[in-house]
Amino acid sequence: MPEIKELVKNLAQKHGKTRESLIPILQGVIQAERYISDEAMTEIARELDMSAAQVYGTATFYSFLDTQPRGKYVIRVCRTISCAMKGKNLINQEIEDLLKIKVGETTPNKKFSFLETNCLGWCHKGPAMLVNDEAYTDLTPEKVREIINQYMKK
Amino acid sequence: MSYSNLKRVDLIFDQDYNPKEIIKNAWAKTNDQVINELLESGLKGRGGAGFPTALKWKYTAEQPEPDKYIICNADEGEPGTFKDREILFKVPQKVFGGMTVGAKVIGAKEGYLYLRGEYRFLLPELEKQLDIFHTILKELKIDFNIKIIMGSGAYICGEESALFESMEGHRGEPRNKPPYPTVSGFRKKPTVINNVETLVYAFMICKHGARKFKDLGTADSRGSKVFSISGDTPKSGIYELELGMTVEQFVEEFGDGDTKAVQVGGASGFCVPRKKFKDTIIGFEGVPTGGSMMLFNSSRSMYNVLHNYLEFFEEESCGQCTPCRVGCQQLIRGIEAVKKGQRHANYLEHLQKLAQTMKITAKCGLGQSVANSFFSIVENFKEEMIY
Repeated sequence: MPEIKELVKNLAQKHGKTRESLIPILQGVIQAERYISDEAMTEIARELDMSAAQVYGTATFYSFLDTQPRGKYVIRVCRTISCAMKGKNLINQEIEDLLKIKVGETTPNKKFSFLETNCLGWCHKGPAMLVNDEAYTDLTPEKVREIINQYMKK
Repeated sequence: MSYSNLKRVDLIFDQDYNPKEIIKNAWAKTNDQVINELLESGLKGRGGAGFPTALKWKYTAEQPEPDKYIICNADEGEPGTFKDREILFKVPQKVFGGMTVGAKVIGAKEGYLYLRGEYRFLLPELEKQLDIFHTILKELKIDFNIKIIMGSGAYICGEESALFESMEGHRGEPRNKPPYPTVSGFRKKPTVINNVETLVYAFMICKHGARKFKDLGTADSRGSKVFSISGDTPKSGIYELELGMTVEQFVEEFGDGDTKAVQVGGASGFCVPRKKFKDTIIGFEGVPTGGSMMLFNSSRSMYNVLHNYLEFFEEESCGQCTPCRVGCQQLIRGIEAVKKGQRHANYLEHLQKLAQTMKITAKCGLGQSVANSFFSIVENFKEEMIY
């Protein structure tokens, strides 16, 4: 995996090689790859001169530092109470129908992953979801279909 | 819009301010003068815990250690809270300004803003605003630099010592206290860590003086507060209101006419049922809140509400200490068993004992505060837990 090697090297150059640079580097890998592979973790460990177990232990603590393969677009629907009350389940249903996957799964073409997450901080405009870093609020099934269709074309 | 009983305040989002002037004025004062002004104002932390801001700054200033830090806690994750996002979006210069005044008082050269991962979309604009702010500091010849650090989707990192761990590149597991951050915080150095809103109020107190703030609110809860209002309300959104109102006054303004309960302070806060609206004050003398106000009308099952909160805690528990890790799981299983009739209703008392044990023995605020919503929902809506 020469690309991963290159990516990790560049990130370490940008953020430094101390323990404090670990999370920014992991976040950098997520921004580029959407998940942190075993190869990436081993490479980070080598670059920062620490054990791969420490890298793994840190990465797996954080819900946004995925260590399982994810699609190009990671959808995270808020499941906390205000969004749940505003019809989060209808949004999930729509996404399942559109992408033919359940919560926690990735489409076979590796384009979309569909996850649930805790409070996104859009309680007054629920239901809400993130697609990668982008926030979408006041969702309806129609609106979700439009949004996902746009990402399908990308 | 009518605010018959509630007084709207506009200190936080007021755009009529000049950060350079306020900083210049604060710099013309001695550190003691700034601390005394804050002390006089009665400002308490706006993240929920309510520690007097002036004392936090004073204790850190008194530490002999040469390296100190000031950190803005923008890891806003409490369910039902979204005010910090709005503050960072609308008045970021005030946040940076508050950090700068704090840095002067304690003697810090570096400041950090820890932004939750869910708000990464704010980052490009925040970086731009920060560049503008750094130019102002340069013009004033102030040696202070702010850096933005991103979180990665862990509620527990809003707990100050977990936040330090995360900034240092570790799992966000809270530390034992004491020592408190004022003595040993980020990189084990004396650290002031304040909520976004607290820093803005501190900055506004520098602008207007203590009086304007102190004249608002009550003896225990001075000033105003930004509320994040959601749930069954026709007016969900962000409102800055004078402190000291009762839940009844709040519901009169924001309820949908059928409000049966208000959750004050999010999942880690307290549920106030209709019969207690009248006698419950929203503030440090009654039910404190970091801003989260969720309204529930009579169509809602409080069992579902509690179940949702417990699922939240179970997932966000860092798993480090047993009372919280196992306690959250057992509370969920327990209320599910009672609801399904697999356990007698008396079992709820057993679960309350467990919640009480968590309150006493959990290492940090997360595990300790699970009991708040558990007790206040189970006690006030017992029949909904059983049938």
